[in-house]
Amino acid sequence: MSTATLPTAHFDLEPMTGPSKEQLLELSMGPQHPSTHGVFRMKVVLDGERVVRLKPVFGYLHRNHEKIAESETYLGSMPYTDRLDYMCSITNNWAYALAVEKLAGIQVPERAEYLRVITGELTRLQNHACLIGFLMQDMGSSGTPLMYAFREREKILDLFEALTGARMMCNYMRFGGCRVDLPDGWLDQAKKVVADFPRFLDEYEQLLVSNEILMERTQDVGVLSRELAVSAGISGPMARASGVDYDIRKVDHYSIYDRFTFRVPLGSHGDVYDRFMVRLLEMRESVSILEQAMRAVPAGPIVDPKMKIRGFRPKPGEAYGRIEAPKGELGFYLVSDGSPNPYRYRVRPPSLINLTVLEDLCLGRNVADIVAILGSIDIVLGEVDR
Amino acid sequence: MVGEGILKGMAETARNFFGSFVSKDRLTTVQYPEQRELRIEAARDFPFLVYDGADWHQGMRCVACQICEKECPPKCIFIEKSKDKKPDANGKPQFYPAVFNIDISVCMSCQICVEVCPFDAIKMDVDYDLSTDDRFGGLLLNKQRLSKSNEYYRKIHPTEASAVDARLAGERARQEAKAKTAAEARLTTTAVQPASGEPR
Amino acid sequence: MTHLVQLAQQLDQIFVLAKHWLLGYVPAGAQPLCSAVLSVVPIIIVFPLLFAITTLLERKGLGRIQNRYGPNRVGPFGLLQPIADGVKTLTKEDIVPITADHAVHFLAPLLLVSASFMDYAVLPIGRNMVIVNLNAGVLFFFAVGSLMELAVFMAGWSSRSKYTLLGAMRAIAQMISYEVPLVLASIVVIMQAGSLSTVAIVNMQATYTGIWPHWFVFTPWGFAGFVLFMVAATAESNRSPFDLPEGESEIIAGYYTEYSGFKFAFFFMGEYIGMFATSGMAITLFLGGWSAPFSFLAWIPSYFWFFAKLLVLIAVFIWVRGTLPRLRMDQLMNLAWEFMLPMTLLNLLTAGIWHFMPMGPSRWLVCSIMVAVPCILLSRGLKHKKKFQVHTYHYSE
Repeated sequence: MSTATLPTAHFDLEPMTGPSKEQLLELSMGPQHPSTHGVFRMKVVLDGERVVRLKPVFGYLHRNHEKIAESETYLGSMPYTDRLDYMCSITNNWAYALAVEKLAGIQVPERAEYLRVITGELTRLQNHACLIGFLMQDMGSSGTPLMYAFREREKILDLFEALTGARMMCNYMRFGGCRVDLPDGWLDQAKKVVADFPRFLDEYEQLLVSNEILMERTQDVGVLSRELAVSAGISGPMARASGVDYDIRKVDHYSIYDRFTFRVPLGSHGDVYDRFMVRLLEMRESVSILEQAMRAVPAGPIVDPKMKIRGFRPKPGEAYGRIEAPKGELGFYLVSDGSPNPYRYRVRPPSLINLTVLEDLCLGRNVADIVAILGSIDIVLGEVDR
Repeated sequence: MVGEGILKGMAETARNFFGSFVSKDRLTTVQYPEQRELRIEAARDFPFLVYDGADWHQGMRCVACQICEKECPPKCIFIEKSKDKKPDANGKPQFYPAVFNIDISVCMSCQICVEVCPFDAIKMDVDYDLSTDDRFGGLLLNKQRLSKSNEYYRKIHPTEASAVDARLAGERARQEAKAKTAAEARLTTTAVQPASGEPR
Repeated sequence: MTHLVQLAQQLDQIFVLAKHWLLGYVPAGAQPLCSAVLSVVPIIIVFPLLFAITTLLERKGLGRIQNRYGPNRVGPFGLLQPIADGVKTLTKEDIVPITADHAVHFLAPLLLVSASFMDYAVLPIGRNMVIVNLNAGVLFFFAVGSLMELAVFMAGWSSRSKYTLLGAMRAIAQMISYEVPLVLASIVVIMQAGSLSTVAIVNMQATYTGIWPHWFVFTPWGFAGFVLFMVAATAESNRSPFDLPEGESEIIAGYYTEYSGFKFAFFFMGEYIGMFATSGMAITLFLGGWSAPFSFLAWIPSYFWFFAKLLVLIAVFIWVRGTLPRLRMDQLMNLAWEFMLPMTLLNLLTAGIWHFMPMGPSRWLVCSIMVAVPCILLSRGLKHKKKFQVHTYHYSE
């Protein structure tokens, strides 16, 4: 009804100005496509090689996560949060645990906080490694940077397997702490992995950063202005690449991030190159946080001793817990009515919110740029569709 | 100059190419299935039921309390409690599951059933070669297929198994100590009991 | 000693001698036809074999660059993998879209392969080993080579699909744009040699001063011409970083999306054969054809040197493919028209000056400056227009 007044509504009508309809080519970069990071579809209208309209169509991976959570207990939803942003399961768990802890007023012991920070930053490292690898792969590098990035990611996934039992679906956080304590020798192995990481980053930078072809493909492409980023609710590295100084670790002071000194890299152009470089620099900062944290892990319990696993009934109320996930601001909004199951469970997916500006970024660019821009937004369809 | 970054990149690639012949770090492939990666101890695949001793039916730790069935998020465990009881490791008569099925096509290996089990009866296995061509029954594991011995558990998860064994042995020792003091108390009370007819 | 020299010469001419011996058994009337057949058949056997080996080398080479093995299951070290690939493509179902133009759809791969094979008619593979010594050999080569572009367009147009159309348009634009630097880069050699005949060009380079050969690549204008020729050859064969027409991650496979089975194999083969032919022409023009790099190595047969140089160039192609991302369409075109075309024209000027200056270090200096300075200026011009630099980033605490 009122959608006719919105500027980009009714996609199937031809655009009112510009070239005539016969010259335009409507393409569907369809759900099956090597570069769309999952089952994601984009209806693109092209004038020659330039994009005139673009409409993202998603929902191919919708799994009813929020509705299922209403019939599960609070703990039972924890394994499902693993599968939201399936690359970074630990940070998903953390955001959910934070929301429940806010709802029920649970305290987290010291050692558990340190473990959370260590595993969270390792997750950030492997997610960014994945992204920079895939961005290069989408631009046609025939897999070489991807293989290098995944070589490092495998080491981190081995660490996760030794700690939590699974490489990707970790199910590691519990309300009031973590599920399992560090096995013997894990911390030394983790220190070795983190110490090796800067060498990989240096090699990667040598391979790519001053590569002319990469610069030509990514600079001034998909420029996201600061005003648009702020008004569209973009968060995470994508916003920071546009110059918005917003890192929830610094804003909310959640967990024990105040004890570590780290910097937040900011870009100034907001193009694909900046988003790529901001993530590279963030990896270096994560390495520094990890080194500081792993030096100072205290002894103690890893979960709040008062918490029982079964029969958790928070008092009626609502809470919104959010963290700086590798992709942006991941938030969980919970409404409880005193029963063991949540009354309303809502996920704020950073990938979906960041995806809303895709059309604005792609207008007037080439088809080849769409892939680079989509890669730099860093979406995971599990999170977009839930 | 144009091409400088490209040449640096090509030098990097060449280094990896020649390095792959000399250093193991630059050739990370494990030729499955002839070579296998060292299995990480804490890995988890699907649940299994632990039994003590030699007889899988006799020594099964599970007492069909159905807590795991209630807590399982995708509801993949199906238990039917038995009507009679059988003695457990401590000799106490307990119920046992007449039917215990896990549908591993639904199971998401979240390990919540292991966490909530009060009897250390269900643990995570590491076997992943479970593919079958029977779509309906092949992936529904029944009680017999799920039961594996405690020795097997000790083999696949040594640290966990020794911790569990220590805890169970401690409980057993405490129970025996309690039973012994109760028996001694009964003996002393009967000894102290005066013979009937004795004047007070 | 002379015995050994004679042996080396016989080894060098072994294929020519074998052909003459076989022709002795054929009646005189049929000799021209048999001679042609005997010249052509080895090419048709050897180069597809080289194509099969190259697919394997490419996969293993890329694998090693990416820290993994290439194919190593089929046969020892994966050496029988090309046979497995061949069997696979032969046994696949041949799907043709219903709305496709069947005749053109069928003819496109055939045209591609025929055009690329015809290129070999003027390449001297060894001493006295050229199929046909045309007076205008280089011209013939480029003329026939541009038939490949027609085949590509036929493929994309006849499939009647949006993706293939996009791919075909891109491919045509790219290939036509890069024909210009390709031909201009080879004109310097023609100027210097004074002849369009490939045999004459190679014979001019097959002499030595001391141990150093007279290859044209060892001169400033020759080096620049060689680099420009190789870049244009990469673009002509649609290889990375110029493989936008088959941009795998964007439009799946571009102009040959709708081809399956053996026709796809033909496209693949045609592309590679074309790549070998253009490399062969680069070797002929700049790298001295079949001549040995040092005079004391001249006893090794000439065809061995040709194939050794060809393998080195193939290795460089694979190396570049493993390293670089793809260029976008407009950047491709910019590179061709705004960088390579001026460079090739200036190269012509440099070659002319080289010819008329007296021999000695002065002409080396002048010509090197004439090649290097425009290169730097043009590249800075390219960069400056788009302000491409490594950005610096600031942090907040």
